Amino acid sequence: MLYDIRLIIDYDYAAPSDHTRNLVRLLPHDLPGRQRVLSRHLSFDPLPDERSDSIDFFGNEMSAVAWHAPIDAVSVRLAARVERIAGSGALDLSVPLGDLGGEIAAERGLDPGAPHHFTGASPRIAPMAETTAFARAAIAPGTTAQQAVVAVGRALHGTMTFDQKATTVDTAPAEAFAKRRGVCQDFTQVMIAALRGIGIPAGYVSGFLRTFPPPGQPRLEGADAMHAWVRAWVGRDAGWIEFDPTNNQFAGEDYIAVAFGRDYSDVAPVRGVLRSSGGQNSHQAVDVIPLDPDTAQPLVRSVPARRAGTRAESDMETQAEPDAAVPPEI
Amino acid sequence: MTDAVSPASAPDLFADYRLMPGVADELFDRDGEMRPVWRRFVERFSLLSASEISARFERGNLYLRDAGVFFRQYSNDPTQEREWPLSHIPVILHEDEWAGICRGLSERADLLEAVVADLYGDQRLVRDGHLPAELVAGSRQWLRPMVGVEPKGGHYLHFLAFEIGRSPDGSWLVLGDRTQAPSGAGFALENRMATGRIFPERFPRAHIHRLAGFFGAFRAAMERLAQSPTGQRGATAILTPGPSNDTYYEHTYIARYLGMMLLEGEDLLVENGQAMVRTIEGPRPIGMLWRRIDAAFADPLELNPDSHIGTPGLMETVRRGNLALVNALGSGVLETRAMMAFLPRIAEVLTGRPLAIPNIATWWCGGAAERAYVRDNAARMMIGSAYAVDLPFDLGAQTALGGAFRSTGHASIEEWLEAEGAGLVGQEAVTLSTTPAWVESPDAGDAEGATRSGGVVPRPMTVRVFAARTPEGWTFMKGGYARIGKTGDATALAMQRGGSVADVWVVSDRPVKPETLVPAAHGDFRRVSPGTLPARAADNLYWLGRYVERTEDAIRLIRAYHLRLAQTDNPSDARLQLLGDYLDSYGIDVDEPFPSALIDRIEWARGCAGKVRDRFSTDGWAALNDMARTARRMTRTVRPGDDAARAMSVMVRKITGFSGLVHENMYRFSGWRFLSFGRALERADALAGLLATFADPAAPEGSLDLTVEVADSVITHQRRYRVETSRDTVVDLLALDADNPRSILFQIQRLRRLVAELPRATEHGRLSPLARAMVPLESAFLIAAPSEIDTGRLNELRRELARVSDLAGAAYLR
Repeated sequence: MLYDIRLIIDYDYAAPSDHTRNLVRLLPHDLPGRQRVLSRHLSFDPLPDERSDSIDFFGNEMSAVAWHAPIDAVSVRLAARVERIAGSGALDLSVPLGDLGGEIAAERGLDPGAPHHFTGASPRIAPMAETTAFARAAIAPGTTAQQAVVAVGRALHGTMTFDQKATTVDTAPAEAFAKRRGVCQDFTQVMIAALRGIGIPAGYVSGFLRTFPPPGQPRLEGADAMHAWVRAWVGRDAGWIEFDPTNNQFAGEDYIAVAFGRDYSDVAPVRGVLRSSGGQNSHQAVDVIPLDPDTAQPLVRSVPARRAGTRAESDMETQAEPDAAVPPEI
Repeated sequence: MTDAVSPASAPDLFADYRLMPGVADELFDRDGEMRPVWRRFVERFSLLSASEISARFERGNLYLRDAGVFFRQYSNDPTQEREWPLSHIPVILHEDEWAGICRGLSERADLLEAVVADLYGDQRLVRDGHLPAELVAGSRQWLRPMVGVEPKGGHYLHFLAFEIGRSPDGSWLVLGDRTQAPSGAGFALENRMATGRIFPERFPRAHIHRLAGFFGAFRAAMERLAQSPTGQRGATAILTPGPSNDTYYEHTYIARYLGMMLLEGEDLLVENGQAMVRTIEGPRPIGMLWRRIDAAFADPLELNPDSHIGTPGLMETVRRGNLALVNALGSGVLETRAMMAFLPRIAEVLTGRPLAIPNIATWWCGGAAERAYVRDNAARMMIGSAYAVDLPFDLGAQTALGGAFRSTGHASIEEWLEAEGAGLVGQEAVTLSTTPAWVESPDAGDAEGATRSGGVVPRPMTVRVFAARTPEGWTFMKGGYARIGKTGDATALAMQRGGSVADVWVVSDRPVKPETLVPAAHGDFRRVSPGTLPARAADNLYWLGRYVERTEDAIRLIRAYHLRLAQTDNPSDARLQLLGDYLDSYGIDVDEPFPSALIDRIEWARGCAGKVRDRFSTDGWAALNDMARTARRMTRTVRPGDDAARAMSVMVRKITGFSGLVHENMYRFSGWRFLSFGRALERADALAGLLATFADPAAPEGSLDLTVEVADSVITHQRRYRVETSRDTVVDLLALDADNPRSILFQIQRLRRLVAELPRATEHGRLSPLARAMVPLESAFLIAAPSEIDTGRLNELRRELARVSDLAGAAYLR
C-alpha cells in the first residue's frame, strides 16, 4: 500500500520566548520487510537557527531544533510518501505464555529490540494490580503469548470507551483504566501495563493510521490525527507483534510507524521546553492519503475539512470513530 | 606516662567506654590495648577539665553556626534548617592504614570506570552473562541516550566517594559506591575547620594531613577537562539543583572555596551543541560542569521531561563532546544496589584477582539459587530494592531487616521474594566498628556531674572517602567524613534520622608539610580577574537590593505612623488616615502593629540572598537572618503606638546594619553594581511615591514634616533652609539636591553612573538603550525648578523608572 502523509502542527505561545528548543520525532523511516520511505520532508516555520537530526536509542529519527530569538508561534510540517509492505498475516509463531519468562531470561543483550527494556516499570507505565488482574481474567489457560496479547487487547477494547474528553495527554494509565475511557494513547498505555503485568514485554508505537470515510462519503482532509498502538514481544522466534487496542486489530497495512519506545515519553512527537510563563496552544491536522500504486494518484475523493483543533500540549489522538470507520481486518 | 591505656585503666572520661563483644573498635584493638595512633590524643584530651571540654566544643559549634553551616531536610520551609550535628571527637587513622585503604579503593575506582564504560559501550559484561540484562535495563539510572556516547576527556568517572566500614575482624569493607554526585567533601572541610577550633594545639595539628592539596589537584583536573579539544581554556562551574536541596549549603561553600561559578539549570542554554552560561555579558561558553544534580534531571528534552532544574539540549552538548560532566551523565547506574552482587566476580573477570577491599556481601534475588539463599538466611540479611541507590543503612520502608519487615505489606518474606525476586537484593547485615563519641552525662547537674558533665562512649561509624581523577591517577582526600550512629544500633546511621558526623584525621608519626589551595608561585604574581556574572545571580542581587530598600522604606513609614499615633492617640487624624491609606496601597495593614506584609518583604529579600550565597559574605547573610528572626519575634509582642515605633527603630538599625555590611565589604564588581542599581532604583521610586502623596497640595497639614521625617532628612532640612518646611524646600531637598543621598536626583545620577560601568553600556560609540534612557531623566531633574516637580511629574517619573527596570532586565538579567 502506498500513502502520502501530511501533517501540520501549529503552536502558539502565550508569551514570546527566547531559546525555544524542541525535540521532534515525526520522521518515518525504513523498516525492512515492513515499510519503505520513498520521500520525506520535515520543515519548520519560522526557520530554526539550529537543527540536527540523529537516531535515538530505540532507532527513531530525532530532530533537535532551536530558535535563538524569541518566537511566539511555530508551525511543524511533515510531508512523506511511504510504502507499507503487506505483512505475513496472523501466523502465530509465539511460545506458550508459560514459557515466555524463560525465553526472556535467555536473551542476553541490551540492544533496542531486547525484551528487557519493556518488562517492568517505564517512566509513564508501571504494571499495577488492577490491570494485571484484568489481563489474567482475559486469557485462557494454556494460551500462547500471541493469543494472550489478542485476548487482552480485545477485552480492553470491549471494556474501554473511546472518549476524547475524558483524558489529557498527561493522564496516567491507572486513571484512564479507572474511568474505562480515553483515546488511543490511553488504550495503548493501559494495554501495555496489563501485558507487562502478566510477563509479556510490551512497548508503545506512535505513527499514522489510514482511516476510512463512512460509506458513500468523501475523505475529509486534515481530519486524521496521529495514532498509537502496542507492540509486544512474544518469544525468540516470533519477536515483536503489534496490536491496536483502540480498533481491536493487528497493526496491519493501514498502519505506518514513526517511533517505538517503552511509553509515550520515548516517542513524544514534539517535546519542547519554554522559558516563558504562560501556556501554549496547539493545533494539528493529519492526512493519510492512500495512493494508487501505479499512478501514485489518490485512491479516494477528498474534500477540505474544518481545521481540526486538538487539546493543548501536542496531544496526539485518533479522531476516527473506531468501529464505524475502520472495518475489522485481522 | 603509663605504658598503655586499656579500658580498665582508662582516664575517667573513658570510664563508660565499654567495648561490645564481636565488634571492632577504633580506639582499642582486639586485645583491649589502645591503638598507638590514638594514644597522644587521648592523653591530652583526658587532661582537659569538664568546663574546658565544653568550652572547646562550644567554640566548634560557634564556628559552624557563624559560618552558617546547616543541614536541611528536603523541604520548602526555610526554618527546617537544622544545626550541623558535629560529633566533636575526630576519628583518627594512621597514614599507613589510610594508604592501604586508598590503594584498595583506587583499584575499585578503576573497576567502576571499566564497568560504566562497558555499560554505555560494548556491553560485553551483559552479553557474556556477568551482569543480568534486566537489571541494567530496569535501572532508572542507566540512561539510554548515553549509550554509544564517548564522554569528553574519555572518562566517565572523575570524582567518587566510598562509604566504608570496618568489619569485626578489623578489615575494611565498602558499603556503598557514590558515583552520581557524591556529597560531603565540603562538609569534610567545614568539620576540619570546626575541629581546628576545638583542638588548636600544635600537636595534634602538625601531624594531621591537610585536605587542601586534594581540592587543588581536583580543581586542576577539572580545568583540564574544561579545555576544548584544541587545548583552549574553558570555563568551569558547579551545577546545583538549587536552594531547596539538602546539601545546597555545601554547594555554595565549595563554589566559594574553589572560586567556581555556582549555576542552576536555567543559567545555562545550548547553542549549536555548545553549553553556554547566561551572563550579564551575554551567553558565554562553558567546558565543564561539576554536577550536583542527578543526571536524569539534567535535560528535560532527552532525559526526564518533568525536570524543572535541567537545561534543554544539555545531552546534545555531551553527545558532541563539547561538555564534560563530573561525573558523566549515567554514572549513577553504578550505585544500583544489586550491582554489588556482581562486582566481585566482574573484578576477577576483568583484572584476574579479587577486590582488595570487598564490598558488603550482596545477593540479587533474580536468580533462583540466590533467592533461596537469601530466604534461608533472612535472619542476618537486609532485604530491599535491587534498584535502590541509597546506602545500605538508609533503610527505606520497603526493607526487611533480620528477618522482619520494617513495615507490613507482605504476608511473609518468602512470598515477597517469590513475587518480586528480580527487584530485590539481600545484603549481609554487617556490624560496624565503634569509635569514641562524646555524650552528655544523663546525671549532669548532680554532685558528680559538677566534675564530669559527660563522657566518651563507643558509637558505630562509617567513613566516607573521596577520590578524584588526575592525569597521574586517582588521588584521595587525606581525611574524610565520618558518620556516627546516635546509639549503639548500627542501623541508626542515617543522617536524616539523627546521627552525627565527625572529622577524620589521617595522622602521621612526623609533622606533615602544610598545604594550601594557593598554587605555588611560578614567576610573577598574576592577578586573576573575577569571573563573569551569571544573569540569574545578577537578577537575584538586583532584586535583593530592591527588596531591602523596599523593606527599609516600609519600616520608616510604619514608624512614622506609630509615632503620630502615640502623639495624637487619634486614629482618625487626617495625616494618620493618609499614611494608613498609603501603606495600604502597598499591601501593608497598619492595624497590625507589626504588619505581616513587612515579614513578607524581609523573606523576599532573604529568598534572593539565599540564591546567591556563594557571592555573599557570611556576615551579610547572618545579618539578614538576624533581622528575619527579630521580626518574627516582634510580631508576637509589639503593641500599637510608642512600642511599635520603637520596634521599627530597632528594625531600621538592623536593616541599615545589613546595608552597611554590603556597602563597606562587597567587592566593587558587577554583582555589587546590580545590588546597588536595585537599591537606587527602588529608593528613587519610593521618594517619588512619597512626594507625590505627601507633598501634594491636597495633603493634610503636617504632611511635609512627615515627608522629611520618612526620608530621614530632618536635620539636613533644618541646616539648609533654617525655615519651616514648605513644598519648595521639601521638593528641593528630596528631589533636586544632588548632594542628598535621599533625593531623587542623587539616585538618578547614581543609576546613570552604575549603568555606565555595566557591560555593553556603549557599543561602537553609541549608548545602550538603558544608558540612553538615563540621559533625559538626569537632565530633566538637573534643570527643573521645585515648582515643576508636581504630582503629575512625579508619577511620570515612576513610569520612567519602571521602564529603566525593564530595559535592565532585558539587557542583563535573563
